[in-house]
Amino acid sequence: MILKYIFRHTNPDFLNRDFEKLTPKDIMFRKAIYHSGFKFGLLLLSTITFIGVFVPFFVDMSPYDQDISKRLLPPVWSEGGSWQYIFGTDGNGRDYLARIIYGTRVSLTIGIGAATVGMLIGVTLGVIAGYFGGIVDQVVSYILTCQLALPGILFLLTIISIVGSSLTVVILVIGVLHWTLFLVVTRAATQRIRNLDYITAANAIGARKTNIIFTDILPNVLNQIIVIFTLEVGVAILAEATISFLGLGIQPPTPSWGVLIAEGKEAIFFQPWLIILPGIALFLLVISINMLGDGLRDITDPNTNIE
Amino acid sequence: MLKFVAGRFLVSLAVAFTISFVTFFFLNIFTDPAQAVAGEEALFEEIEQIRTQYGFDRPILTRYFEWLGGIFTGDFGVSYYWNKPVGTLLLERAPQTIKLALMSVSVTIMVAIPLGIFAALNPNSIIDRFALSVAVSAQAIPNFWLGLILIIIFSVTFQIFPVSGDKTYYHFILPSIVLGTSSVPPVMRLMRTGLLDVINSDYIRTARSIGFSGWRLVTKHALRNAVLPVISVVAVQLGHKFGGSLITESVFAINGLGRLALLSILGADIPTVQILIFVFAITFIVFNLLSDILNAYLDPRLRL
Repeated sequence: MILKYIFRHTNPDFLNRDFEKLTPKDIMFRKAIYHSGFKFGLLLLSTITFIGVFVPFFVDMSPYDQDISKRLLPPVWSEGGSWQYIFGTDGNGRDYLARIIYGTRVSLTIGIGAATVGMLIGVTLGVIAGYFGGIVDQVVSYILTCQLALPGILFLLTIISIVGSSLTVVILVIGVLHWTLFLVVTRAATQRIRNLDYITAANAIGARKTNIIFTDILPNVLNQIIVIFTLEVGVAILAEATISFLGLGIQPPTPSWGVLIAEGKEAIFFQPWLIILPGIALFLLVISINMLGDGLRDITDPNTNIE
Repeated sequence: MLKFVAGRFLVSLAVAFTISFVTFFFLNIFTDPAQAVAGEEALFEEIEQIRTQYGFDRPILTRYFEWLGGIFTGDFGVSYYWNKPVGTLLLERAPQTIKLALMSVSVTIMVAIPLGIFAALNPNSIIDRFALSVAVSAQAIPNFWLGLILIIIFSVTFQIFPVSGDKTYYHFILPSIVLGTSSVPPVMRLMRTGLLDVINSDYIRTARSIGFSGWRLVTKHALRNAVLPVISVVAVQLGHKFGGSLITESVFAINGLGRLALLSILGADIPTVQILIFVFAITFIVFNLLSDILNAYLDPRLRL
């Protein structure tokens, strides 16, 4: 399908055609082609995902194998480094490159998982508040105000310290605390759509409320939900790294980037690369996700022009 | 105006109560306060004895209202972990956090506002692109990692700033840069879009046409209107700083409220944790309320 679009859009006849004759999908595609932030984010994210998810299947490496005789080897570009351990080894003699690559999976799993949980909560509440309005809307708004006033990271750490830490708990708790943007966007869109003629028509022919919500309202909010989802994946990844760094998230020896940085902190004076490298990985992943999200927002927004 | 302020105040009060209620219930149902006092290896009889001695066997609602009443009379409970009244702990630790919050907001203002103004005055220029990339990067940098990187650069390699601690103002420079950075993107973006809107408005075009130009036009006419919403966002960000101090204070070993919170969580110290969640929530609510009132005062349309 993408190839079809690329073929169409590189055809000179098509490029000279009047703007009015383009379908909305054509316009979106053309915006994507000219949006450098979107292209850069997509390329970077695909590269990181490819390295993190698929490379371990083809290359023989282990993030857990320890070799005490090879502790704290420097990376290849500094003196005494070797190509066998490109990023050197950590305090337990584990291959640091392997640990960072496997860390991508942890971050992506938690980011996508937590954003999904947040989306389910936020979109449900948002549709309910926007569609029914009145007292329901006021109750949901009040819950939103309370949620916003909660000191996020402190509450997160408190819950995890009580419930105990595991991958599932981290995903659920981060998700439960990051749904506000989904709610705000879905509610506003639902309120706008609810009063349009075609919803009145659907009501008039006796469509069920759940049918109206799923077939008439949600598809129209989908673009905005996708944008928020992308951005929330980035937020959740940063939250996970932070709590793992503080010792209450993912537990060692699982190679979460937050765990790696916390372990590297012991060696801040002599082996600073142990802190620098996983942080750069984290930064690149989050910035690629954010650029993709910002790009998607520009592309799906019908009010922006093709530059 | 008075009606608006009263209404907002009541909602804020209700939110504060709800948060204290939820926190108290959550902490006292899912953990056993008697077990926390007695320690890990305590015998069953010992725990039961502490339960009656401290009154943990009474209904949870009674204990909640007792706790809430205590807050109003200045009795914040006793921390078993630190062996001190929680009120004393707060008073000891609060100055460092206030210092850090104020200094980091100053950093935000000094970076974000000039950057936003220059970006708005030269849209799509190199400065604008630079400002935008600063905002995008600042959003993606993990706060704790930025702290460690600054320590590696300025404390370990060049030895300009101390690694950690909170004795002098000098110690607070790196932490406030770290904490201030996270607020740069929202403030910068608002300054930029706000000023752009004003510059493209009719009255600035009129001012241009009668001969005002350059800096005088910007400072005297445009900036005045554009900076007002920014002030209220800075107030909200200041409210965020107290809760956000947790990470920065832990990285730089500053003995403020944030570090106290982390250590208390690790030590399962329920009385301190529940007060701190409440205190952070209250600061956030107060600054939000101030920002709302400021906005409503400046823009009568918001008072409805």
